[in-house]
Amino acid sequence: MVKRPIYLDYQATTPCDPRVLEVMLPYFTEEFGNPHSRSHAYGWKAEEAVDYARKQVAAILSADPREVIFTSGATEANNLAIKGVAHFYKDKKNHIITCSTEHKCVLDSCRHLEQEGFKITYLPVKSNGIIDLDDLRGAITDQTVLVSIMAVNNEIGVIQPLAEIGKICRDAGVFFHTDAAQAVGKIPLDVNAMNIDLLSLSGHKLYGPKGVGALYVRRKPRVRLQALINGGGQERGMRSGTLSTPLCVGLGEACALAQTEMRAESARLKALSARFYEAIQGSLEEVYLNGDANQRIPGNLNISFTHVEGEGLMMGIKELALSSGSACTSASLEPSYVLRALGVEVEMAHTSLRIGFGRFTTEEDVDTAAEMIIKEVGRLRDMSPLWEMSRQGIDIKSIQWAEH
Amino acid sequence: MAYSQKVIDHYENPRNVGSLDAQDAAVGTGLVGAPACGDVMKLQIKVSDQGIIEDAKFKTFGCGSAIASSSLVTEWIKGKSLEEAAEIKNTTIAQHLSLPPVKIHCSMLAEDAIRAAIRDYKEKHPSA
Ligand SMILES: Cc1ncc(COP(=O)(O)O)c(C=O)c1O
Ligand code: FES
Repeated sequence: MVKRPIYLDYQATTPCDPRVLEVMLPYFTEEFGNPHSRSHAYGWKAEEAVDYARKQVAAILSADPREVIFTSGATEANNLAIKGVAHFYKDKKNHIITCSTEHKCVLDSCRHLEQEGFKITYLPVKSNGIIDLDDLRGAITDQTVLVSIMAVNNEIGVIQPLAEIGKICRDAGVFFHTDAAQAVGKIPLDVNAMNIDLLSLSGHKLYGPKGVGALYVRRKPRVRLQALINGGGQERGMRSGTLSTPLCVGLGEACALAQTEMRAESARLKALSARFYEAIQGSLEEVYLNGDANQRIPGNLNISFTHVEGEGLMMGIKELALSSGSACTSASLEPSYVLRALGVEVEMAHTSLRIGFGRFTTEEDVDTAAEMIIKEVGRLRDMSPLWEMSRQGIDIKSIQWAEH
Repeated sequence: MAYSQKVIDHYENPRNVGSLDAQDAAVGTGLVGAPACGDVMKLQIKVSDQGIIEDAKFKTFGCGSAIASSSLVTEWIKGKSLEEAAEIKNTTIAQHLSLPPVKIHCSMLAEDAIRAAIRDYKEKHPSA
């Protein structure tokens, strides 16, 4: 049997925890009832399970269960939050603020609204990946209905100052939505303390199943949404359609496990990341961490290996499953827009790897990964004309390159 | 992305990696691509008095297909005359390595590198 690569791509997705799967299974078979069936025990049992899951999801956010809407994932939750608020309040206000490093599903939702005539401000980020709060203050007008800023970035792992953003928004009477797909279960979140009005999360980013997520929608002061999906009026009319009991149950259990284990797990991941980064730093020159060194989740490292192209590097470390900020694979051949937004030079963006550690990463995995990366970067630098020139003291930027 | 066996072979065992003395009159150097595009190739040829490529070396910053394309052409041009080497087409390189369409530009870069190295050599020998 071929040994599978070591999985270091926990920001792309996580495996479903076996403990989560176990509680889901009965709801595929024996407990198959429609949670919206009111007239018999099959429905009641399913409804009870969904209610319990809703409590578990609410608990990790310090929210009320009545404020949780189940969705198909964070993409849908983000679409619902942004388009839903924009459309509901469109007669009063027409301006939304977001930032340039958001996930594609937020940016694309905003683009669609722009085409409908809404005004969107895309805040820049500082070189550490974090927004400038003064920029935010300056961007809010009396037309602003919503600020949507992600909690944790999926490529570089930096944490935005949620409590400060929440305070600014509350004081200005603007709703605050945060895409917390990469944050839930990794950092403590409290929708009341942080003045968050809407929050998106995703099952498969926190060791739950794929195809389920949730949107938190504040009740007091009430946030109103225009539904994207119309029908039987489930989920307080904000998201029609029969809920998948097993998926909801799985998401709830995943939240409960994450909540219980977060402290210990964060400390463990922090130690693993430090161990990895020290090994790399100790053996290789000119490696740079992208994104703030401290304001970041413990399991993510985004590193540029100067003068080594990311896709070429990944080919040499096939035994590791991770992703690169180089876009040589993509049709556009544009490197990561997130790194570009930080002001990382295009060349450096091409040399980056995103390394994600998670619940099932061992110290041995980390050591093996560091060793392989160090070896391969060394080999490719020996093969890199840019590395050779920089060793000879030639300024790469002084050369007239023929960009294509 | 799945790479062909030939790309993997050149990537893992690149032929003729290294540098020749760019100042040597017998050496032509081609440097093509751009760091901002994610690919830079340096290809050098050493040409005999008879106009035959005796040696070739490369260094490449880029993806596996770019490394393989440059490694492959160093093998192909050795022993060829400058005219013969100048006739190598990117399509032949791409075909040999079974490059997918998004990687065609890697083979174009290798073709450019050969031409640039020949041009540099000829500039050093205006009469040749
Ligand atoms: C920050 C962020 N938002 C949203 C999403 C989309 O989540 P989902 O796959 O649940 O639709 C992802 C995952 O790719 C993400 O990382
Ligand atoms: S070097 Fe970028 S695709 Fe080949």
